[in-house]
Amino acid sequence: MESLLEQYARIVGNEVVDHLRQLAEPLKGMKILHVNSTKEGGGVAEILNRLIPLKQELGIDAEWEIVTGEKDFYQCTKKMHNSLQGTRDDISPSLLKTYEETNFRNYERLRDKLLGADLVFIHDPQPAAMISQCSERRNKWLWRCHIDVSRPYRPVWKYLREYIKSYDASIWSLSDFAQPLEQPMYLIPPSIDPLSEKNMPLPEKEIRDFFRSWGISHNIPVLTQVSRFDRFKDPIGVIESYRLVKKYVPVQLVLAGGGASDDPEGEQVLSEVRAYAGEDPNVHVLELPPDAHRAINALQRGSDIILQKSLKEGFGLTVTEALWKGKPVIGGDTGGIRLQVIDHFSGFRVNTPEGAAMRIRYLLKHPEIRKNIGKNARQFVLENYLITRQLREYLTLVVGLLFGSEEKIELKMYER
Amino acid sequence: MDIQGFRILDCALVAIATGVKAQTLRELRDKLKTAHPGCFFYHFWGGLLNPHFDDPEFQNDFAVWASRSLHDSKISEKFAVIDPYAFESIEDVRQELIELIEERLSETEYVPWAKTGQEFHFIRSQMVVFDTGVTYMDPAEMLNAIPSMSLGSIFYHFIDARRRTEHRKNDLSLWLAAFGDTYEKLIEDLDNIDPFFISLTRMRREITNAFNKHLKVDA
Repeated sequence: MESLLEQYARIVGNEVVDHLRQLAEPLKGMKILHVNSTKEGGGVAEILNRLIPLKQELGIDAEWEIVTGEKDFYQCTKKMHNSLQGTRDDISPSLLKTYEETNFRNYERLRDKLLGADLVFIHDPQPAAMISQCSERRNKWLWRCHIDVSRPYRPVWKYLREYIKSYDASIWSLSDFAQPLEQPMYLIPPSIDPLSEKNMPLPEKEIRDFFRSWGISHNIPVLTQVSRFDRFKDPIGVIESYRLVKKYVPVQLVLAGGGASDDPEGEQVLSEVRAYAGEDPNVHVLELPPDAHRAINALQRGSDIILQKSLKEGFGLTVTEALWKGKPVIGGDTGGIRLQVIDHFSGFRVNTPEGAAMRIRYLLKHPEIRKNIGKNARQFVLENYLITRQLREYLTLVVGLLFGSEEKIELKMYER
Repeated sequence: MDIQGFRILDCALVAIATGVKAQTLRELRDKLKTAHPGCFFYHFWGGLLNPHFDDPEFQNDFAVWASRSLHDSKISEKFAVIDPYAFESIEDVRQELIELIEERLSETEYVPWAKTGQEFHFIRSQMVVFDTGVTYMDPAEMLNAIPSMSLGSIFYHFIDARRRTEHRKNDLSLWLAAFGDTYEKLIEDLDNIDPFFISLTRMRREITNAFNKHLKVDA
């Protein structure tokens, strides 16, 4: 059976995988423990599901544990998450006490593993406080932040910072997100997995079948935005753009998002979107379950143009997914979209529904340009935003942490 | 003559935030005065090995920021032509950037500024260099190897080499020079590869083309 590394080599090239093997050579046998709060659902679990076996294949003794807690614990960490993203959401002392006690209980349960590892990666705020119990540690701990903390609600960040500053280093997705800390703050953007259900190639027939099941025609151009039903994603603005376009060109719009049952605001936005879309047969509002990865893949592949008209965005992995599928993206001029969408090269950045409408019409009118942009877009993701790049940076960081803090570390043959 | 083989080294970079940022051109000047020396290498060349857009217009982050966030094309153009290897040291590059900003500030009626969220973030990098264990004794042996060389190796021998070799040359040209005049034309072509405005993939292709042109048996 083909190993995982061999499967990636078919996509990124043997030299990229050989490079990973050589970088991992001095780390063989090393114990690396990752801790987060869930094994299923969400981007962190998705990436760890693949990173752990990849590290193991490279000879690293990688393990993955999760912290568990009661309802109050998750309520507290959900509030932390929102506050770190800028929502003013005070957390009561009793919830914070639950957070600390839950971290303490999890520390006791995972103590041997946490102390036995050479390196511990703690992901996001949920397990972050365990470090306070670990005064006798001799290993290195890193805090990996997957959240947009560019403008946190200060009281909550101030509380969490007391734990974070005890870490040996932290890792952030973008420099805009990094908060001032004394420790080394590594910058490692997220990535997508080309072998996952969401990004793997699909047979044309399957794409057509999905479109048929949603009642979307293959004969009229399709514009798609995949995102949560959230005001920051500006779904109403997307419908406005569509209406401006359809006066000139026949076009269909798909707004697809995850289930909103656990998010009261999401439900409200979804009903606003449905009401605003009205009875237009060419506007399709799809509410997809969180594990509908294959359906989203088909939707992105079958569309002509992908929109991500966000008013505020973290990194924007849905943009990366679309670019990987060779689709031009029209995105809001914000956050990580700025790193991925460059005018005329991989799509267009816009600030208004009018701007989006103009760019949509331009791209629909010029299929050759659309094709070239799609080609650039895929190459860009291939070189920059696949999981192999993220793994390379993790390995570089680990070598850096183990072998010194200088700007340039030269590994000699005998060290490998 | 006893010529040592060419040892292929490889490297990988990881970016490190310094926490220092600038929102106006004046702030950029002030922060440049104390910026970590590693920031200059990262902002001029780090983009080649780190996730970064292969920008069609500019190859250094100062020029990109001046153009996209300050919307000041004059200073952006001046930043864009800075070749860090044309200077004796990083300190000279720092001074050049500061002087260009001083000049621009003295001629403009307002201080160019960026919107909140579009500040310039000073980033430095850490580089890990490792030995691939592969050595070539004869340049002709490299013909087939170069197209599959990692981009890290290309970066190390062609970009990083210029900051550590006496005449700011790439490692391959220096090695080939040890063979006397034999590879004079190949060296000339390798030296003429302009690392500005091209990605490492393209650079690898240009090196391959140069080797094919001069060393392929049927050439």
